[in-house]
Order: sequence, then C-alpha cells, then structure tokens
Amino acid sequence: MRVLMFGWEFPPNISGGLGTACYGLTKGLTSFDDIDITFVVPKVFGGEDKRNIDLIGAGDVPIINRNISMKEFDKSIEYFEVNSKLVPYVDPEDYKNQTEFSVEGTKALIETDVQGRVKFTGKYGPDLLSEIARYALVANVIAQDNQFDVIHAHDWLAYPAGIAAKQASGKPLVIHVHATDFDRSGGTVNPNVYAIEKRGMDAADKIITVSNLTRKIVIEKYGISPEKVITVYNAVEPYREENKAPIIRGFDEKIVTFLGRITMQKGPEYFVEAASRVLQRMDNVRFVMAGSGDTMNKMIRRAAQLKIANKFHFTGFLKGDDVYRMLKMSDIYIMPSVSEPFGISPLEAMQAGVPVIISHQSGVAEILSNAIKINFWDVEGMADAIHGILSYPAMSKMLARYGKKESCNLNWKDAAYKVKQVYRSALCA
Amino acid sequence: MRSICLFFKVHQPVRLRKFRFFDIGKSDYYYDDYSNEMILKRVAKNCYLPANEILHDLIIKNEGRFKIAFSISGTAIDQFKIYAPEVIESFRKLAATGCVEFLGETYSHSLSVLKNTAEFKRQVETHANTIEALFGSRPKVFANTELIYSDEIGALVAEMGYTAVLTEGPNHILKWRSPNYLYRNPINPALVVLLKNFQLSDDIAFRFSNSDWSGWPLTAQKFVSWLKKIPKEEKIVNLFMNYETFGEHQKFGTGIFKFLDALPSAVFRKSDYTFMTPSDIIENYPPISTLNVPYPISWADQERDLTAWLGNELQQEAFEKLYQLSELVNKCSDPLLLKDWQYLQTSDHFYYMSTKYFADGDIHAYFNPYNSPYEAFMNYMNVLNDFTIRLNRVTKNKQSEQFLPN
Repeated sequence: MRVLMFGWEFPPNISGGLGTACYGLTKGLTSFDDIDITFVVPKVFGGEDKRNIDLIGAGDVPIINRNISMKEFDKSIEYFEVNSKLVPYVDPEDYKNQTEFSVEGTKALIETDVQGRVKFTGKYGPDLLSEIARYALVANVIAQDNQFDVIHAHDWLAYPAGIAAKQASGKPLVIHVHATDFDRSGGTVNPNVYAIEKRGMDAADKIITVSNLTRKIVIEKYGISPEKVITVYNAVEPYREENKAPIIRGFDEKIVTFLGRITMQKGPEYFVEAASRVLQRMDNVRFVMAGSGDTMNKMIRRAAQLKIANKFHFTGFLKGDDVYRMLKMSDIYIMPSVSEPFGISPLEAMQAGVPVIISHQSGVAEILSNAIKINFWDVEGMADAIHGILSYPAMSKMLARYGKKESCNLNWKDAAYKVKQVYRSALCA
Repeated sequence: MRSICLFFKVHQPVRLRKFRFFDIGKSDYYYDDYSNEMILKRVAKNCYLPANEILHDLIIKNEGRFKIAFSISGTAIDQFKIYAPEVIESFRKLAATGCVEFLGETYSHSLSVLKNTAEFKRQVETHANTIEALFGSRPKVFANTELIYSDEIGALVAEMGYTAVLTEGPNHILKWRSPNYLYRNPINPALVVLLKNFQLSDDIAFRFSNSDWSGWPLTAQKFVSWLKKIPKEEKIVNLFMNYETFGEHQKFGTGIFKFLDALPSAVFRKSDYTFMTPSDIIENYPPISTLNVPYPISWADQERDLTAWLGNELQQEAFEKLYQLSELVNKCSDPLLLKDWQYLQTSDHFYYMSTKYFADGDIHAYFNPYNSPYEAFMNYMNVLNDFTIRLNRVTKNKQSEQFLPN
C-alpha cells in the first residue's frame, strides 16, 4: 500500500507536537513491509530524516502548464482572489510567472517563480491561509504525478491539500485530527479555520482523532457521524541514552518543570499560581517554565507580581537535546493544559524517569495510569500534588519507575497498526 | 450429620476527607463525615437492616436450628451509633435469639498484628469489651481483619484466650487437603482453625449475579445439590463472606435476599446438614491434623495473601511511617489523638493504594473514594503528617514542626 501523506512540520523543524507525531507515525507505518509513504510538506528545510519515506517539498514542485481543476473550493476563492489578484494590468514578464488555474470555472492566477514553482514559507506566518490554499493547488499536481492508494492529511493546515489530492485522483482520504480550533482557542473559534476543518472532515472518508476527547469534539462540534471517527492514540519515540553527558544540576533545590508552548491552551497561568502556593509552604524548590509563546510576557509579569521571580525561571524555547537535559534535571513535569488533544510531552518526561502531573482535560490522561491527574483549574490540587511528589519519596520513586515502564510500552508501531486498519476500512468502503 | 458454618463480616471504615498539604498543621479534623454518613445510611438501608430482618425471621421460624455468626468492626459500630443506631438495635434483637455468635477482631479493623503485638492486643481487648457491652457475651472465637492468619498469629490469639480462629482456605496452603475439616495450629494445638470454603463462599459472594457464570442462576436448591456432592467424610462447610454481599455487592434485584431466605429450608428438607456457630462446630467436630501456615494468608484478592494492602511501595511506605509513631503514641493520652490513631490504622486506607488492576480491581474500586492509588497515598500521608505534628506537639517532642523524616 502506498500512502500519500500531507503534513506541515517535520522534525527537526518543529514548533509543537504535530511534527513529532508525524515522524513517529511514519516510522511506525514503514516498519510494516507492505506500506510505503510519500510525505509532503510545504517546505523542505534540510536535515530531515528521510530514511523511511519519500519526502517532497511542495515548494519544489513545478506547476506551470498544468491542468489544475478544483471543485467545491467555493469558499476559498476569497483567498485566491485576495492573493492572486485578478490584476487588470499585468506586466508581460509578470504574466509569464503567473500560472493559470480554474476554480469552479472561475479562473484565478497564482504566482510562481521562473521554474513554475510556488513559494512556501512552511511556517505559521500572517499569510497562513493563503499558503494553505496554495499548498492545496500543488497537492493537486502531486496527486496527478504520483501513484498511491490512500491519502492521509495531518491537521487542518493540510486538509485542503488532502481534498485537492482526492479530487485529482479519486483515492480515499483519511484525515488525522491532531487538534481542533476548539482546543487552541478555548471555545471562541476562528471561523475561517473552523470552515477549513469542517470541510476537511466532511470530505474525508475516515477520520482519525488522537484521543476520545478530540473524537467527542469532532462528533459534537463539527456534526460528524460517529462511525466515521476512530481514535488512535499517539505514542512516543523511544529515547536512546547512549553517549549522553551526565546531567549536573547547578543547585540543590528540587525542580518542577512546565515544558511547552506558553499560550492559553496550555494553562501556564495555573502553573504560576500553583507555584506561588507551594512556595508559601516549601522553600527547597524551583519552578521552570521552558518554552516560548504569546503569553510568556504575561507570565513573567505575574511571577514578579506574586514575588516568586527569584524561584521561577524562564528558559525560552528548547530544542533537541536541551529538552532531554531539562527533563532529566526535573523532579516533576507538569502539563496543566486547558484542552490538550493528546500531549506527547508527558510521555517524553516519563521516559526520562520524571513523575508527571497532567490535567484531566488532556487526551493522554485517557491512557495513563502512573501519572497524577488534576483538573487544570484546581490550583490547590496541583500544589498538593507537587508537594506530595516532592515530600514522599516512595511516591516519586514509584511514579518514576512505573511511569517509565508505562511510557516505554506506548510505541508507534501499535498506533501505526491501528492506522493501517483505518486505511483498509477506507479502501473497502 | 454434617454442618454449615455461616459467618458474616460487617465493616465500614471511617474514610478520610480530602486533606491538602495546606491543611497540614492547620486543621485537625480528618474525616469525610458527609461520605461516611451517606454510605453508612445507604448500606444500612440496602443491606444491614433488611438482611438482619430476614435472618431474624429465619431463626424464629426454624426454632433454633438456624444459627449464624457475625463479626462487627469497631469503626462500623462507632458509625452506627452516630448515624444509624437502629442497626445496633437490630443486631441486639438477633443476639437475643441465642442463635447468633459474635466473634472477636481488632477494634479498628487494622493490620496491627503484623507490626505491633501490644497494639494488636489492646485493640482486640477493646473490641471484646464493646461486644460484651452491646450483646451480653464476650467473644470466644476470633476472626482477624480480612481473616489474616499465620501460625504465629494463631498462637498469639490462643494466648489471649480464644479457642478457635477463622481464616481462608487457600490452595497454596491446603494443596491436596480440603477446607471442609477442622485443623490445629502447630504452635499451640489447642487452637482450632476453621477454613473458609472459598469455592462455595465466593459462588454466593462474588459470582451470584454474574450471568456468564456456569452456575447462574443460583437457587437455594441448586446450592444444596452442590453441598450434597461434597464427600461424606468432609463434615463441615464454612461459608464466610462480607455481610455487604446481601444488598450492596449483590443488589436486591439479583435475588440474593430470596436466596438467603430460601436457603435454610432447602438445606433442612433436602440434605443432612445442620447450621452451627463456630463455637458449636469446635464442640462437635474434632480437628483432623495440624495445618502449617508459615506466612500470613487472608481472604483478599486472588492471591489470598497480604498483597492487597502491602503489595506496592506506596503501601509499604505508608504502613512503615504509621507504625513508626507507635512509641510516641504510647506516651500520649489525648483522647482525640488516640481515636485518630485507631482510625488511621484501618486496613482500608492501604487497600485504596493498591495498584492491582485486573481481576481484583473491581472490588478495590467499589467503595474507593480515590481516583488513583497515588491520590490515596498522598492524601493519607498528608493526614499522617498532620497527625505526627500534633503528636509531637502534645508529647512535647523537640522535633515538633517538621514533616516526617524521609
């Protein structure tokens, strides 16, 4: 079976869990002899692990002189119109650089370079919506040019691409919901994003969600029929401990770590409040917020306001080995997310032998036993759990030992197997 | 002639409230009165009262031929007194028939026998006094917490004047032997050991309502036919179970009360079995040999050992830290602290910290107020911390304001 996958991020150029999950999943899938994957991203940066997959950057695919016809793209005409500008006066030089395509019979133009390739940033810039639309265009061409049996699109950024590929090839489309806008926004969704998500879900033949929490949202908030939606839990890449320098902590105190995007969805403010409570009764502890995000400054100000800034540290975004080093130094890893579709990072912490505290409002809480679970708003409960793990070594030792075992049992091969079954059911339908 | 010994265990722990570490050193009330009251009243309504009523009627109807045994924990009695005194009345009514034997145990349903013999003896004494005061006779037969027993425990109990002890009849101890005989304790042969027939007891207590079970549906007649299949030389059948089987573990709708009601007449009409109390049994039947139980056994979980309470590190740690306080407690005379000391020893606290999920998970989860064993441990340790601080304060220990040493 050959799978045409559309993603957005791929390690090492990641800003969140999406790329990590895609990488793990592709590794798991290609461990089966009968699966081959072509993985498309908007932009290939170099340094990606391409051993198991054929990696295509959409920005490397020429689309000039191609017949690209797309149906049902009515809503996105807006982006094309805004972006491609049916320019009344076009310089002949420029006109050569514009490839024509038609959407529902209306012709629109898209800008390409000399070799007929579309420009992509592959990031989350202000031009994101139009970049997604351009991605879909190129996806159409890729689908025409490649052989495959099933299309697999990861998250809303790639749904239009998946739909375009389906239209070009007639092959079944599986979409993978790693997150919804309800998680990211806490309820006040962006209508454009919602529309793209819903269209993707409606057009898909099967939908994979990363947790029952997410599955529920897809069924209830997007009006999708339950038989179409299957939960396949994410897993975690096993970490190799060879050749790692020993971790030396610079101070005696215990360390409680929050590692993730510092944005509303991840509940950082509850962490700051809980830290303040703990510091009222315990002295021998420091708190670390590792990551960056739009509410980072707000957190720094709040820590100062609560007068805990001398025990509350911000490291900025951590990449690669730094992540592991931070986890290894920690006595507790905490993920107080407000709405987390899954949450791979606690699993990485557990692999490093760190006891974890996670919120009930996360997908990963559905499958873990050896973690302390609290409601994200329960600041007292969080503080109590922090105190408990730090004060009762039997508990931290047990959480570390059994947590490590539990997380090591969650492997991508099992997830990949379930995904394979979804492919089969999509092909048979 | 052959005999059935019916024994029912009545117990409710005094459950802890959510005790945060902020509460340590600030609040000295540990119990979830609301839950305890609610649960007790519910179990009284669903189980204790209706079952007692049925048993009482059966005793009267059968004119002394139907006999049973109970053991009621001190924590249950304390809570009956506050929340449901009518339950005590109904047990007294049963006692008055003369066909009911009340057995001895530790007052707080504790595991103290494993750690602190002096404490254990005190608790047993207190319990015996309570039973005597309530029901008029002092216990002569002993049924330890969760029927925990070993040769040494047996010897200890015999030393305190008990003539017989009830315990589990697990395969790993019995091997080729049958639980349907009486045995002797090897250290003190005067002590007779009654072993639970777990097959037949659990058929009623656990499998009764399970429609996937080959024996379902279980009627009194069917049960009696199984009794008749037991070889004639095996004279005794010990049916030991939690009293909450009737109405709580097995709900009213399963027909469990009808079963209980029909059992004595079915036994009398269709078999040569009689009903006896444990004291009657040891008077009428001789033990056939000694039975070696070198390590403690219990009636809990598949393993029928101590792992339900002490199987993992959390449980062991909490247990150790608790009994490390024994010396300090001996120096203390504050009645509130002493009461807390009793309640903190109840085995249920450790039971809630168990990480055994599968076959036994359902039973562990049944009355469990915690979402995970870690929460159970954390909560218990917070309470224990506060208790330690108060204890240190009262005994003027210089290490007063600190947490437990690690």
